[in-house]
Amino acid sequence: MSHRSDGILEPRQLLPLVPPAERKALGPFVIIECVESIPCNPCVEACPKGAIRIEGDMNGTPSVDFDICDGCGLCVSACPGLAIFVLDMSLDAGAATVSLPYEYLPLPTVGDTVVTLSREGEVLGEGTVERVLSAKALDRTPIVTLSVPADHAMDVRHFTAKDSTA
Amino acid sequence: MRIREHPILDFQKGPLVEFEHDGRKLEGHEGESIAAALHAAGVRVLRHSIRLNRPRGFFCAIGRCSSCLMTVDGVPNVMTCVTALKAGMRVETQTGKGTIPDVRFTEAPSDPDYPRDLGSVPLAIVGAGPAGLSAAVAAGRLGVECVVLDENPVPGGQLIKQTHMFFGSKEHHARVRGIDIGEILLKEIEDLPVSVMTGTTVLGLYPGKVLALLRNGRLHRLTADSVILATGASENMLAFPNGDLPGIYGAGAVQTLMNVDGVAPGKRVLMVGAGNIGLIVSYQLLQAGVEVAAVVEGLPEIGGYHVHAAKVRRAGVPVMTSHTLLHAVGTDRVEGAIISEIDGDWRPIEGTEIKLEVDTICLAVGLTPNCELASQLGCDEAYVAELGGRVAIHDTDLETTVPGVYVAGDASGIEEASTAMLEGRLAGLSAAAKLLTRPDADELTRLRIEVEEGLRALRAGPFGEHPRAGKQKMVELARSCGGDQ
Repeated sequence: MSHRSDGILEPRQLLPLVPPAERKALGPFVIIECVESIPCNPCVEACPKGAIRIEGDMNGTPSVDFDICDGCGLCVSACPGLAIFVLDMSLDAGAATVSLPYEYLPLPTVGDTVVTLSREGEVLGEGTVERVLSAKALDRTPIVTLSVPADHAMDVRHFTAKDSTA
Repeated sequence: MRIREHPILDFQKGPLVEFEHDGRKLEGHEGESIAAALHAAGVRVLRHSIRLNRPRGFFCAIGRCSSCLMTVDGVPNVMTCVTALKAGMRVETQTGKGTIPDVRFTEAPSDPDYPRDLGSVPLAIVGAGPAGLSAAVAAGRLGVECVVLDENPVPGGQLIKQTHMFFGSKEHHARVRGIDIGEILLKEIEDLPVSVMTGTTVLGLYPGKVLALLRNGRLHRLTADSVILATGASENMLAFPNGDLPGIYGAGAVQTLMNVDGVAPGKRVLMVGAGNIGLIVSYQLLQAGVEVAAVVEGLPEIGGYHVHAAKVRRAGVPVMTSHTLLHAVGTDRVEGAIISEIDGDWRPIEGTEIKLEVDTICLAVGLTPNCELASQLGCDEAYVAELGGRVAIHDTDLETTVPGVYVAGDASGIEEASTAMLEGRLAGLSAAAKLLTRPDADELTRLRIEVEEGLRALRAGPFGEHPRAGKQKMVELARSCGGDQ
């Protein structure tokens, strides 16, 4: 199976999208899960630091300079594909945070426990809502930050309210 | 089944009014389509087919398919999907072809408010969607007076239902939602010599560039020096047993219902087609609180962008490639769907059938360019598979084989709205270059290069393969027709 037949990126495709372990330990960073040559480049413009680059015309795939990216997340709601996430794997005690674009109602509130979902929509476990950003500048693409077990950080890409899966 | 709250949209509804449906009092919002009001009230069967008396429901939502014909206030064969609801309307299920009301046909009134002849205009643009409005901006900015004609009550074409952010680059309104792009284009024409006539159907295009218009039930005539046909596309149908049951909709109709009228098409949907439209509409259904059972795609690969597929996958929706819809289940409305895996020759594989409990089937199986007006006028046409069907042969100025008549957007070949906007601009520039007595050649060249570079970039990637090939064929066809000399 490839992402063209089932819509799921393979581990070998995800690997080049994340920084090395030393960088992960330093603080938050973005992961741009955009591997196809499509005509699109708002992420490049959204980054105030110039950390995101697309080679050639806008059909190239984005690459991130992790020495410059500080995981600010300004690119997350700028991505029309909702393909950008911010991970923070520098936290103690086996915890990590995942910030993701969330264009659904109701928006969760800080402190809520939610059910975390994988790229396949499978239940991974639970997460706690750490932050909800829904400023006007985000143009109706709020960003929700979840606290999750560190070993789930690379897999949590969506969530659902705790009672809705009952 | 009304959508009470939506993460992107804020539905502006008219006041709640009463109307009558087959003798029963119902409520709906004034100004929404009659069919949407009926749908919200749970009415799915709008008519019965003439010969086999099979139930028919909402299907296209754009006044094309005749599935929603009803008798309204005594008038038969009213397209309820494009007719606005008014207080006190009497909506009835009609028998067969309906009965013409017993009224005396009087002579056309001779009041001065009914000017049959609307005179002439330098540029008439048919269609106020992304291509048509962009053509008006481009030509209007150069000082060309134009009239944009559209049969819908509001301008914007399909943009008014696109809740997602557009791709492309800043110059193409990337990361702006389609619904907002329509507003931007309308704002851009505000100070230009452009007038937009909505609720106006162009019934015909005759030699001498004479347009027959139907507006408020009356016929008018408009003559233009140049015409741009930005008439968009119609949804493709898929043939399968029970394919006419109420509850089977085109993807555009589902978008109209939920994103314009704020009415959920059903509770659980099967999406057929994993191109960008199928994937995007699936995501929009989830946002509107509707469950999506699965997306099935006959091809072994997803046709749309991976990022669109990823959005529905992580929400738990399976995308089943090499699968097809065998038939719909139900008598008066959809009660389920049987899908199955298919082999490399599109034959269902025995034993792989699955029954999905769905009340709605949404077809996102492609679009066909609307080229009736070009056809009627006698423009040379060609079937180009890569462009989605028959299109008027056009040169690199987008001019057809009838001088002064241009095509742009989906009408010239199926593509994305971003390319439609650029093609609209290109057609507007081409028309202006011929209409202006003293065109600024340098400025025109600069503007044209800008548009052409944009089109080249938007079509450059692997997803632009079909339009690239189609447009290349078009260049050759136009040459053989004597264009582009």
